[in-house]
Amino acid sequence: MIRLEKRPQPSRAWSYATPVLAVVITMIAGGILFAFLGKDPFLAIKTIFYDPLLGEFAWYYRGQLLVKAGPLILIAIGLSLGFRAGIWNIGAEGQYIMGAIFGAAVGLAFYPMEARWLIFPLMVIAGALGGFLWAMIPAILKTRFNTNEILVSLLLVYVAEQFLASMALGALRNPEGSGFPGSRNLQQYPAAANTELIAGTGMHWGVVAAFIAVIAAYVLLKRHMLGYQIRLTGESPRAARFAGVRPNLLIIFCMGISGALAGLAGLFEVAGPAGQISIDFNSGYGFTAIIVAFLGRLHPVGILLAGLLLALTYIGGEAAQANLGLPAAAIQAFQGMLLFFLLAVDVLTNYRIRLRRTEAA
Amino acid sequence: MDLSAINPAVLLASLMVASTPILLAAIGELIVEKSGVLNLGVEGMMITGAICGFAIAVQTGSPALGFVGAAAGGALLSMTFGVLTQFFLSNQVATGLALTLFGLGLSALLGQGYVGIKPPPVGDINLGPLADLPFIGRVLFQHDAMVYFSLLLVAAVWAFLKYTRAGLILRAVGESHDAAHALGYKVVWVRLMAIAFGGACAGLGGAYLSLVRVPQWTEGMTAGAGWIALAIVVFGSWKPWRVLIGAYLFGGVTVLQLNLQAAGLAVPVEYLSMSPYLITILVLVIMSSGRGRAALNAPASLGRSFHASS
Amino acid sequence: MAETLLSIEGLRKAYPGVVANDDVSFSIAPGEVHALLGENGAGKSTLVKMIYGLVRPDSGRMLMKGQPYEPATPHAARAAGVAMVFQHFSLFEALNVAENVALGMEDPPKQRELAARIREVSETYGLPLDPGRLVGDLSAGERQRVEIIRCLLQDPKLLIMDEPTSVLTPQEVDILFETLRKLQAEGTSILYISHKLEEIRTLCDGATILRLGKVVGTCDPKESSAREMAEMMVGQTLHTPSREEKPLGDVVLDLTALSLRSANPFGTSLKEIDLQVHAGEVLGIGGVAGNGQDELLAALSGEALSPAEAVKLNGQPVGQLGPNARRRLGLLAAPEERLGHAAAPDMSLTENALLTGAIREELVSNGFLKWPAAKSFAEKIIERFDVRTPGPANAARSLSGGNLQKFVVGREILQRPICLVVNQPTWGVDASAAAAIRQALLDLAAEGAALVVISQDLDELMEISDRFAALNEGRLSPTRPAKGLTVDEIGLMMGGAHDMEVAHVDA
Repeated sequence: MIRLEKRPQPSRAWSYATPVLAVVITMIAGGILFAFLGKDPFLAIKTIFYDPLLGEFAWYYRGQLLVKAGPLILIAIGLSLGFRAGIWNIGAEGQYIMGAIFGAAVGLAFYPMEARWLIFPLMVIAGALGGFLWAMIPAILKTRFNTNEILVSLLLVYVAEQFLASMALGALRNPEGSGFPGSRNLQQYPAAANTELIAGTGMHWGVVAAFIAVIAAYVLLKRHMLGYQIRLTGESPRAARFAGVRPNLLIIFCMGISGALAGLAGLFEVAGPAGQISIDFNSGYGFTAIIVAFLGRLHPVGILLAGLLLALTYIGGEAAQANLGLPAAAIQAFQGMLLFFLLAVDVLTNYRIRLRRTEAA
Repeated sequence: MDLSAINPAVLLASLMVASTPILLAAIGELIVEKSGVLNLGVEGMMITGAICGFAIAVQTGSPALGFVGAAAGGALLSMTFGVLTQFFLSNQVATGLALTLFGLGLSALLGQGYVGIKPPPVGDINLGPLADLPFIGRVLFQHDAMVYFSLLLVAAVWAFLKYTRAGLILRAVGESHDAAHALGYKVVWVRLMAIAFGGACAGLGGAYLSLVRVPQWTEGMTAGAGWIALAIVVFGSWKPWRVLIGAYLFGGVTVLQLNLQAAGLAVPVEYLSMSPYLITILVLVIMSSGRGRAALNAPASLGRSFHASS
Repeated sequence: MAETLLSIEGLRKAYPGVVANDDVSFSIAPGEVHALLGENGAGKSTLVKMIYGLVRPDSGRMLMKGQPYEPATPHAARAAGVAMVFQHFSLFEALNVAENVALGMEDPPKQRELAARIREVSETYGLPLDPGRLVGDLSAGERQRVEIIRCLLQDPKLLIMDEPTSVLTPQEVDILFETLRKLQAEGTSILYISHKLEEIRTLCDGATILRLGKVVGTCDPKESSAREMAEMMVGQTLHTPSREEKPLGDVVLDLTALSLRSANPFGTSLKEIDLQVHAGEVLGIGGVAGNGQDELLAALSGEALSPAEAVKLNGQPVGQLGPNARRRLGLLAAPEERLGHAAAPDMSLTENALLTGAIREELVSNGFLKWPAAKSFAEKIIERFDVRTPGPANAARSLSGGNLQKFVVGREILQRPICLVVNQPTWGVDASAAAAIRQALLDLAAEGAALVVISQDLDELMEISDRFAALNEGRLSPTRPAKGLTVDEIGLMMGGAHDMEVAHVDA
């Protein structure tokens, strides 16, 4: 019988190896899934993971990589701080939407003024603020009334989606859009557009913000007292209180940061790749970022890599959809599987597997 | 606005229908949480149950088989959660989220080709003269079997927890897995069975959505019902009858706002659609404040992993 | 030859890196009270877990009345007539007494019938108990009664008791012993596990002494002296701490009418505590576990806040200050729970050194951490307190209990506290580490610090305290000089057999 035996301390080697192992297992299981769908598994895996990077049309896909990875990384960095402290903000999708609405509303309010130096920074601030305020609802309910932040933050996603619909149909609707739902296209409004900074790379301000967030989070966790307090709270809440950590402040901080970063991601998306507030503006980045955060082992550098990988599955998935007729849902299931396998192999970090005789315990 | 279009009997009757999916999922999750496990994957299991039930009902033409298939599908999916959390000792919150994300993708995949199809109808149970009673008959006695099944299930769960030895063991495992282990109870197996039961109930709830309440298949059709079921377990402070009240209260709000939408209330539709979620949050706040009457009732080992060290 | 009930022959059980039991043999006669004596970590717990079916031996065998006895589960052990009263972990706080009893029985009767039997048996053995009460609301002594009654209802042939007196006042111990003698007279054998020598001398007929997993001797406790048994148990002569008499200094810590509601729903709230501790003094606080010890530590460490004037350090009100503000002023604390409270299990010793040392050791500047300084502080603790570990990069949970305890107590002592509060400084620590920790505490007091030592080990308190007080249901007894206190007086300070009164009210 197989028995688990707790290691005296977490294995460093395995903590690096498990995400890689999980990706490999997921590719195998994914291949089997694709085979069941009647597709050539090797071709499918190649189309998803190889072609966008090194294939014939890689010049087109590579730019897309950063466009997709930017918001994923930005949101996941924020989430990872909370997850490390045992504060579960899983409503990033809602904060992402609210950031986009706030930012877009500020930009559209100035239309058609041309002062980009004023308008764009204001939009960025408004975007962060929108996400921050939306995250403050679960945070304050948690600290004030001890309400479960997981449920509240998640339920607020549905509220935000309804709010998005009402904005797209009402207050923010393009007055010149002949009655179609959706706002003016911010891409066509130079003072507010989040444009590509280096042509063909997909690099825009949101990607820059994501890189800054990675570095800042790295320094915070490695060198700063606050980062230490976050890690300590996650490891052992009671020891953290003994060390003088004020749990409520930490909840406000972690929820606030993750909300603000998700809001920023929403703003950069609406002002850039998406272009406008529309009913189906959000595309699940807030949830995929949860996978990114865990796959990156809640470590900033890991999240950077995981964000790029998940972005690849999005792009490769689109390619597979176009070329092989692989349904979009298959990619969604594939991403979910990845998180499952990661959680499964994670046991190796803290436990050793032993083959032993049957035991009563 | 035309409030006279709202018929109270029909309103109350549809309340029972609207509440049933959430009631089924919540009563299953109650058992899971009583055993000390927090499974946040209810949404994923519900939607998987929704498509499993739908597909099987369409293929066989039998809604009853559809419900059986949905329960099996939900239970099967919940076992991935069970194996991961009980044998691989993974974090329950993260694994539950993974279950939801995976369930949403899997259901969309399984549901290719079922979009826009009508499922075989689920007939109402013939309760004879009871159904002909004025008002009461329309409200209580003209429903399909699942409505009554869900009520029976609440009663069964209540009796199980209160009067049976197995129920006592389940509560003991949720209260302190170390003590239960020291007395020789198989913590992991008790929890696995609870998780499978929760999965089956969530699957039934999902199938009720796709076969009765809507009835058709669309991607993401549960729209947060699983999360609301989780909230209702907290609202019910882990007591079966209170979970019933919570689910019916929520069903009432949903039905009322839909009726108000139909009656043309001068509030945008989106704000009415928000109301069930907002009211759920409000109820959560009320239940968890005030030095936690609800929190006191929560199983003490909820969400903690168990590893026998000796 | 006397007949035997249970005989154990050559049992061995190894865990990775440790041999918990090696070639252990002894036997118990019917109606015998047999002591299993040994220090923490000597292998007593593993041995009884094998007898109770929780752990399977690697080799060796057990015989019950001459028949092979190999319990695969506790259910099998109970069916064979073996019952066990646990030291920890076997009661469910949110369930009532009758439900708790039912869970420990093979086929319990209906609840109402069971409740009647619980009343009947508890009256017979002088252990009054109300079957309808929630276990979470019971005192430690009452909880133990639940466990004992759970065993008695099954008419056991062998009753295993694991450190039963650690949660009792001296008066309650007397009541327990009477119950055990009554059982013995009825022919029940008892396997009594303890490291308290005097208890064993009064109660037991035979004793097996374990050290490092092996049997190092057997004796008749009524014939042997406590000293002989202690030397067999420890295997070396101990260095006993010593301190010189000296006049008391100024009042350093001053508690005035400190009341505090417990954060835990089943915890004990503090009620009107008054206390003064002087410079250079060790104040010992005794009491049965669960009478407010954790809450008192939290109120002093700053984890729980109180009205400002209720806690004063050198005359300055600190009741409203958090842990770090109190550390800055020199009020430090070391809680009972090493892993998860005093230290974070998965973090390195360097990170754990930072946990309380950040302020006084200046390990932080402008919010940024000085890792090299933290590492050298950790190394200093390791070196000064002889903490056995490969280095400061190792995780706290990789240390043995004694070594980690030396680390967390050492961490506070090296920060030169003005006042240090420790809870259970030597709980679960081997004898030599315990002696080292006590000596370090006495040295600290000799340098002029005020010390509050909370402990359930009365011997320890008598050894190091200048003055003594006891916690009982959240109230603190008046403080008395430790010298000359008798066991009876201490017992009364701890509340006597206070649970008896509670039981009478309910009956």
